[in-house]
Amino acid sequence: MASITVTIKLFAHFRNGRFKEADHQFPPGVACRDVILGLGFRLGEMGIVMVNGQHAPLDHPLSERDTLALFPLVGGG
Amino acid sequence: MDKILRVNMTDLTTVVEEVPAEWAGLGGRALTSTIVVKEVPPTCHALGPNNKLVFAPGLLSGTAASNSGRLSAGAKSPLTGGIKESNVGGTAAQMFARLGIKALIVEGMPRGEGWYALKVGRDGVTIEEERGLLGLGNFAVIDALQALLGKKTGVIAIGPAGEMKLTSANISVKDPSGKIRSHGRGGLGAVMGSKRIKFIAIDDEGAPGIQMADPEAFKRASRIFTKALMDHPVSGQGLPTYGTNVLVNILHEAGGLPTRNFTHGQFDGHEQICGETMHDTIVARGGKPRHGCHAGCVIQCSQVYHDKDGQYLTSGFEYETIWGLGANCLISELDDIALADNVMDDLGLDSIETAVAFGVAMEAGILPWGDGKEVVRILREEVGKGTALGRVIGSGAGAVGRTYGVTRVPVVKNQAIPAYDPRSVKGIGITYCTSPMGADHTAGYTIATNILNVGGQVDPLKKEGQVELSRNLQIATAAVDSTGMCIFIAFPALDIPECLPALIDMINARFGAKLTGDDVTGLGKNVLKLERAFNLAAGLTSADDRLPEFFCSDPVTPHQAVWDFTNEEIDAFWDF
Ligand code: SF4
Repeated sequence: MASITVTIKLFAHFRNGRFKEADHQFPPGVACRDVILGLGFRLGEMGIVMVNGQHAPLDHPLSERDTLALFPLVGGG
Repeated sequence: MDKILRVNMTDLTTVVEEVPAEWAGLGGRALTSTIVVKEVPPTCHALGPNNKLVFAPGLLSGTAASNSGRLSAGAKSPLTGGIKESNVGGTAAQMFARLGIKALIVEGMPRGEGWYALKVGRDGVTIEEERGLLGLGNFAVIDALQALLGKKTGVIAIGPAGEMKLTSANISVKDPSGKIRSHGRGGLGAVMGSKRIKFIAIDDEGAPGIQMADPEAFKRASRIFTKALMDHPVSGQGLPTYGTNVLVNILHEAGGLPTRNFTHGQFDGHEQICGETMHDTIVARGGKPRHGCHAGCVIQCSQVYHDKDGQYLTSGFEYETIWGLGANCLISELDDIALADNVMDDLGLDSIETAVAFGVAMEAGILPWGDGKEVVRILREEVGKGTALGRVIGSGAGAVGRTYGVTRVPVVKNQAIPAYDPRSVKGIGITYCTSPMGADHTAGYTIATNILNVGGQVDPLKKEGQVELSRNLQIATAAVDSTGMCIFIAFPALDIPECLPALIDMINARFGAKLTGDDVTGLGKNVLKLERAFNLAAGLTSADDRLPEFFCSDPVTPHQAVWDFTNEEIDAFWDF
């Protein structure tokens, strides 16, 4: 496969000036870290990184049709 | 000198007492629970003359410490049959503290049909007969009292739900903008109603104020503490901007957003009710995205939400309420939920218990899924007017389930499970099971570590580490609930090393004490054990420390997770 499609979802102020949800193409096995940096984020801004609804480490490799959700550090209760 | 105010509603007398030595170092939850355990027979009827309703400001309430203005209320709960503590912002805690009132204890019960009001001031407390405000909602009560007693008057009141002694009735406390915050959970409003007290008015004119043992040390510690609150991204930025409702999208994404009465873990309409949408709506309509529930709150997670015409609709519009009527009842119109929130505030109903009760009612076919207009009608016309259906719904999720033969009834100790599915966020399930309060997310908020990556990381879908996580958080929370601090200080406290020592330094500077971190942990442990002992003596057993059966048998989407803890694993919580 030449490239994979990953759905990226952004939340809270990460959406400002960017998007809510978009499909992007990447080389197979791209790491979350590279996607995050490619979107212009600093790694230190990341609160929660989820792949398909589960917390994932930054070096987690992405596959075709994965959903990557990025949240800043936020909380409530 | 600090004092205890004691009100006897049987013979309508009041007395001002000295603070017993063993209560001197206690405040908030530690004090209300200690008094309830000492003075309330565990097997008494919660709505009878032997129950007592206790109010106590936290140890630091009334000082300049940030976020310290929380008031605890305690009693035996008519909803759970166990002990209850519920704390709230508003102006009352700080007024009590400045008046030197360590606790207000209301005991006994009037023999006749009359209603009363309490007036608290510099000279103690008096009982007056009350007629004019009976039957009125909380907003009208506060408006009338402000007109009569002045803008600054403090108010603690019950709405029609409390007058009817419904087990979802809360106790409302006036906030700095003349709106309300609530002692929400466990039906404490019904206890106040059983004592036939419509409201407590507070006048702190001429109050002696707070005596500070070491003002300089206090200032130093207070600066460090406030800085930690402001520096942490959750308390300094996330909560003020999006409020607690930022959690809708997070829990949806994690598959832990209970949907359609806990059938699914995700809600298709999440974007319509989420914190991001709510924030933009508030700003577009000229509301306030940030607002504090008491003076001195630097986090300001609250907000003022306006309707389409720019008029006040509700405030303190929390994630749990929005989740409860939103995802859980499939209502995707935020304005409908806001209106229902306002009506619940006015009637004096716990918005978590009531929202979950509506989910069960929808499951029973009493009203259609997603029908926000019908929810508002039932609140106003049935609950507000005390019809039979209204009283069933106002008695909580368990009552609705029992009345209509529903088996999917999300309660522990008969108290509704809030906004986090325990199958896919397992730590919070341990808190729901074991908290002496019944299902209560705030008692040990494992969401911080299971989902939000605050205070480390414990995988929400695995069993490992959850019991320990819940135990540590419940112990810490019992201590924090005793200081008068809002529980949201836990976010910086879990991550910023200077935060907790600064909190302890403030307590020491206030009282001239020498508490250490271990002492504070010890206080938390003691409080939990006291509360547990009360529950056992009241007839609860470890069989009450369990989730409803359907959580074990029905997997929840998208992770197909089930609740899979053994009884022994849950009971190990109490090994400390
Ligand atoms: S953070 Fe929210 S709940 Fe806590 S004191 Fe402030 S407004 Fe009240």
